[in-house]
Amino acid sequence: MTAPTAPPAPGFQEELLPPRVSLFWWAERRSYLLFMLRELTSVFVAWFVAYLLLLAIAVGQGPDAYRGFLEWSALPVVIALNAVALVFVIFHAVTFFYAAPQTTVVRLRGQRVPAALLAVPLYLGWAVVSAFLLWLLVVA
Amino acid sequence: MDTATTTATITLQVARYRPEEDDQPSLSEYEVPLRKDWAVLDGLNHIKDRLDGSLSYRWSCRMGICGSCGMTVNGEPTLTCATFLTDLAPGPVRIEPLRNFPVVRDLVIEMTDFMHKLTKVKPWIIRDEEGGGPDGEHGEHLQTPEQLDDYHQYSMCINCMLCYSACPVYGLEPEFVGPAAIAIAQRYNMDSRDEGQRERLTVLGQPEGIWDCTYVGECSRACPKGVDPAGAIQRYKVTAATEAVKSFLMPWRGR
Repeated sequence: MTAPTAPPAPGFQEELLPPRVSLFWWAERRSYLLFMLRELTSVFVAWFVAYLLLLAIAVGQGPDAYRGFLEWSALPVVIALNAVALVFVIFHAVTFFYAAPQTTVVRLRGQRVPAALLAVPLYLGWAVVSAFLLWLLVVA
Repeated sequence: MDTATTTATITLQVARYRPEEDDQPSLSEYEVPLRKDWAVLDGLNHIKDRLDGSLSYRWSCRMGICGSCGMTVNGEPTLTCATFLTDLAPGPVRIEPLRNFPVVRDLVIEMTDFMHKLTKVKPWIIRDEEGGGPDGEHGEHLQTPEQLDDYHQYSMCINCMLCYSACPVYGLEPEFVGPAAIAIAQRYNMDSRDEGQRERLTVLGQPEGIWDCTYVGECSRACPKGVDPAGAIQRYKVTAATEAVKSFLMPWRGR
């Protein structure tokens, strides 16, 4: 079924001012900028995956390779890269856990549970797992 | 008459575009009274009535239910009948046509694309031909309040297109079917009387359907009726992805 429309006046299409999106559309609003930063976090998540793989490979190749990896990781540029990546990955986790509950509707006694509330157990789970890993690496 | 007090005024910078004489839009300034019960729309009506009758814009109910008066006010897509001048004082207030749409004249935008997309998602109750008829004793469909709750939020859309204006994806990819169209598709998908989920999936499961959405979330922020199209789209992504996996793992399932 096509929507019935009256034929446009002659020259109508030519006189329309076409919509134009600036190259820096993402800088024009704070919410757009935050969105682009959120999307950018994917690059840093990929970097952490690659870093983890490099670590695993170094461990697999023996103590010398592992020491070399640690020395490389201690270089200021690598520390700086990992620090920046950590900030972005945390931002990714915060926004991800906040966005994920929007995909489901949970009803409790007929009322819909607000999505923000559903994010709380996700954040708690993240905190618990992070605390456990920190304990494993530092204390144990 | 008290002549000692002067009426407070506020400056409205209104975008003008006359296709018969302009190549580009420009801003014209008008001083309108700053009355505490006036919305931006009242300011525009004052301009049209008293200052410049050539100004063109759409409006109707002036109470936030018809969806006609959507414009960009100080960079934000809003209903001009729902935005009060005193909230924008001291001004100036910049009024431009809704972004992401072609401009016909002044503040009037061309909305045919939106109308086509709305029709594409089949926004009506679809029933299987061989299925049972209405189950009520007077020939009506029966629906509990809980079933109504499932889709009620998505039925509140007034087609004002503020969500399309707020959506950067729609600005960059005009084939994107868009937030309101998907929200209204969900209104029918979630309606217990409807049996058309499969038909809508063929439209919405396309790249220019739900998959162009990157969950910016600006559509839900701009929506004046709390429809939450972003939530509707993300929920539909789960449905569409599940259907895709099912049809991959079990290709023998009938259409």
